[in-house]
Order: sequence, then C-alpha cells, then structure tokens
Amino acid sequence: MTSETSSITAVDVRPPAAPAPAIRLRSRWSKVRAVLSQTLLSLVALLFLAPIIWMVLSALKPSAEVFTVPPKPFGSEIKFGNFAEAWNYLPFGRFIVNTIFVASVGTAITLVASAMSAYAFARLNFRFRGGLFVLYLSTLIVPQEVIVIPMFLLMKEIGWVNSNKALILPWAFTAFGTFLLRQFFLTVPKELEEAAKLDGCGHVRILRSIFLPVAAPAFAVLAVFTFIGYWNSFLWPLIIVSDTDKMTVPLGLQLFLGQQGQRWELLMAAATIAMMPTVVLVLALQKYLVRGIALSGLGGR
Amino acid sequence: MAIPPVDVTDVAIAPRPGGPRKRSDRRAAAGFLAPSMLGLLAFTAFPIVASLILGFFDWPVLGDHRFTGLQNYKSLVDSDEFKTAIINTIVFVVLYVPLNIVISLGLAVWISPRIRPRGLYRTIFFIPVVTPVVANAAIFTLILSPNGLVDSLMQTWFGVQAPNFLGSKTWAMPAVVLLSIWQGFGYNMLVFSAALDAVPASLTEAATIDGASATARFFRIVLPLITPSIFFAVVLTLISSFQVFTQAYVLTGGGPGDATTTMVLYLYEQGFRFFNLGLASAIAWVLFIIILIITIFQFIGQRRWVHYD
Repeated sequence: MTSETSSITAVDVRPPAAPAPAIRLRSRWSKVRAVLSQTLLSLVALLFLAPIIWMVLSALKPSAEVFTVPPKPFGSEIKFGNFAEAWNYLPFGRFIVNTIFVASVGTAITLVASAMSAYAFARLNFRFRGGLFVLYLSTLIVPQEVIVIPMFLLMKEIGWVNSNKALILPWAFTAFGTFLLRQFFLTVPKELEEAAKLDGCGHVRILRSIFLPVAAPAFAVLAVFTFIGYWNSFLWPLIIVSDTDKMTVPLGLQLFLGQQGQRWELLMAAATIAMMPTVVLVLALQKYLVRGIALSGLGGR
Repeated sequence: MAIPPVDVTDVAIAPRPGGPRKRSDRRAAAGFLAPSMLGLLAFTAFPIVASLILGFFDWPVLGDHRFTGLQNYKSLVDSDEFKTAIINTIVFVVLYVPLNIVISLGLAVWISPRIRPRGLYRTIFFIPVVTPVVANAAIFTLILSPNGLVDSLMQTWFGVQAPNFLGSKTWAMPAVVLLSIWQGFGYNMLVFSAALDAVPASLTEAATIDGASATARFFRIVLPLITPSIFFAVVLTLISSFQVFTQAYVLTGGGPGDATTTMVLYLYEQGFRFFNLGLASAIAWVLFIIILIITIFQFIGQRRWVHYD
C-alpha cells in the first residue's frame, strides 16, 4: 500500500540537491492517505459494531416489528418500556443483582489472596520459593473442563449446589492473579520499604501502605479482568445452578432465549442491560487497556 | 506454558558482607500464602487428581460407582459421536485461529499512530471481548435467523433468501466461527498493539532513510520484532479454541444434528445431560492431552521463527 510513497522518496530524495519538493509531495500524499485510511477504518468499525447497534435498535421496537423485510432501523414507535418489561420479566433484575454480588465478592477475594501470595513470592525469603512458584504457575495449564466435573461432585458433597459460595469460591484463588501482581511487585524499588522497615512496620502494613498504592494499575487490571470473568462465566454456573433465584446474567439470558422465542425485543433489551456494566468498565479504563494486556500477556513469555 | 524465568536469587543463601543479614521469613510466608494455597489445593489440585481417577470409573451421579479401568477411554475410541466432536473441534480451530491472528494483527497495524483517537478504535474492537458470550450469541441468533437482518437485507437487495444459517449443516459451523472471530480477535489485537508500540521508532526510521518500502519495513523489521507476541497469541488462542463451548451451545446447541458439537459440548452432554461423570472426565483428559501435545510442539517449533532479541 505504502510502496508508492516510499518509492517516490527512494528515487527523489537520493540526490541531496533537491529534497524539498519531494518531501512536500510526499507529505501531501501521505495526508490524503491518512484521511482515506481513517475513513475506511471508521467504516470497518461501524460494520463491526452493527450487531450491537442492531441489538439496541431491536430492543426499542414493538414486538411485531423485530423481523421486517426490508429491515427498518426504527419501529412504528420507540418503546423504552421494553427495558422495564425485560427487567421484570423472568426475574432479570434479580439476575443482575446476583451477578453483581458474585462478581464483586469474587473480585475482592481474588485481589486479597493474590496480593498476599504475590507479596510472599516477591519479597519474603523462604525455602522452596522458586519451586512453589513454578507449581503455582503449572496449575494455569489445566483446562477448566478437567476441573468442573470433580468440582461438581465436591459441591454436591458439601451441599453448595445452587449457592453463591459455589459460584464464587472455586475460581477466586487463581495462580494468574498471583503471577500478575508478583511481576509488578518485583519492579517496585526495595528502597521504598527499607524506611518503613526501619520504622518497625510489619509485612501487612508494608503491603497495604507501600505496594497497594504503587501497584494500583496492576490491581486495577486484575480487578477488571476478574470482574468481567465472573460476570461472563457460563459453563460453571450452567452446571452448578438450576434454581432461578440463584441464576446469573448469562444463565438468565440463556433461559430467556430458550423460553421466549417470540419476545426478541425483550431478549435484546436484556442483552443490552447485560452488556452495560462490562462496556462501561472498559470505556472507563481504556487508558489502561493496552498497558494491562501488555502487563498480563507479554509478561508471560 | 508461558513460564517466566523464576527469580531464585535467594539472598539468604549468599549474605552480603556488611549488609543487613537476611533471615528466612518462613512464618510470614506461611501466613501470606495460606489463603491462595488452601484455595488452590481444594479447588484446583484436588479436582485435577480426582478427575484423573474418575476417568477410570463408571460414575453416575446417582447410584453406585465402580472401577472399570480403561473402559471409558476405549468407548471413546469406538464412539462415532466423539470422533465427530473431535473433527468439528479441529475444523473450528483450523478456521478460527488463522483468521483471528490475521485480522487482529492487520487491525493492530492499521490502527497506526496516524489514526486518531487510537484508543477509541482499539476500544471499539475490544468491546465484544468483554460482553457476555451469551448476549453476543443472542444477537447473532437474531441476525442470522430467517427474516433476520442478513436474510432481510439479501431479500431487499438481491431478491433472494439467505440460507437458514443456523439450521444448515453447511452454514452452522461458519456461523459459530463468525461469532467467535467477532467477539474474540479484539484481545489479540490489543496484545499486538502493545507489541507494535514497543518497536523502537528509530529502527523503522533508519530503514525508511535507507529506502526500504513500507512493506519491506513491516516484514523485515517490525514482524520479526513482534514474533514473541505472535507466538504468545497463537499458543493461547489455540488453547482456548480447543475449549470452544458457549458459542456453539447458545447459537446452535451443537446442531443441526451434531454439525457443531465440539469436544467440550460433547463433554457437557455426557457429563451433565446423561450424567456419565466418569466418561466426561475421560473426555476432559483427552482434551487436556491434545492441548498439551500441541502446546509442547509449538514450544519446540518456536525456535525456528520466534526472535527473542
């Protein structure tokens, strides 16, 4: 694509006597191309977002006008009431509240447990530290499918089927969080803690008042991904929850899809509501996204 | 998999003369590690061992279980349904992984520093990564249904009906792949974006001055520099694509017939519809071993194409 511009440069710039016109030509050409490229990219982005836009538009239509030939962006009236109806239909509001609870508590436990073990691996001296850390990491290669079947039996055995505990606890102790935070903790200069140590601060205090603020971006990244993981989790809730009262948002949507083939506008309203929290989180934290991915992803090479 | 170099420089082993003497923090370490260690033991280590054992048993949810040795694995080898599930999974992986990598790398490159605001475009393509898969699948069900958006547009523009994508043996799997690509490539796109941002501008500028075309700059300089990220993305994408479940479960329910029944969908049906927990555990281990072998081969093969410096 860019070969044309560059070949102009290659041919014209070489004789150092006349660089000016070539550069001017090149910069005008490259401006045109930048505008073209951005316009085309915007079209691609719009096409990419079309399913989500169509979801919102469908959520606002009257029931009989969801499927029309030719397709129409708006129905004969804009029905905001669909959202209220979807919220109360099944107990979808209940699913939202359940999921917020499960995801928040799960995230809190994950952050605390990961911070503690990450601190131990990054700063404390004890035998077998390296070996134990490798053991932690090795749990990451086991697919969830291997774990869910015995986990289901375990939950049945201890009477946790259809409970929030079963949705939260099995996934709150991940080696991933430990790994992510440890990598970040290792970059914290030791001088920061030395003064605190001399003042007689214990490890808990050092973790809380020095590592927590310094590693805030890493905590934020871990918190967001953990929350989203709980929010979207499907296979495990599908296995462990059958009681409508205990269902999470994805299960509720699935129930909706199964029960109400006819009320597509309500399903789309419910899907819109279900997407809202995660989309808001990502938009709010977009600054950290690339950095966070770099942190969690490339740190692992 | 991606095991980083472990920092084993334990200062206690080599006390620096004159420096403060380092002691072992065994007590503190035990306290700090206790929550995660207990959690991992109960909810990861124990289930892994239990799953391996379950695979050698006939283990219904209700009623007695009995040891059957390799029977579960034998019946999997003989099962045509399981063969179909493996083939479906491989078809999915072969379609999904290359498309995902090419699209995510292409867009990461396209969203160059000259595109503004970059963050916004990156975020747009990342959105379906974080929205619930069930919600994503619900939208695609609506769009791909007869008289849905695609069919309706085809009727309007070309006067022909679109195939019934989700009800057709030919189209169901491409539909599952399409949904998976749409919601999946944004993650790798960000991985590549981070890698591209880390390529020093001085290198590409030097090449420009030397008269290298943009294509040459990309393939000769940029691409080799980001091969570690590409390797990382390919490994993780392959692993997750072998585990494909939710998209197929919601979009097609594994059908029509068994056209989109993947390995994990088959595992779910055996384990939680027919409650053959032993057989389901055996399926999980077959899946695990396939993933492990492929990952090991990738780590062996990486020396040929991944440049770490």
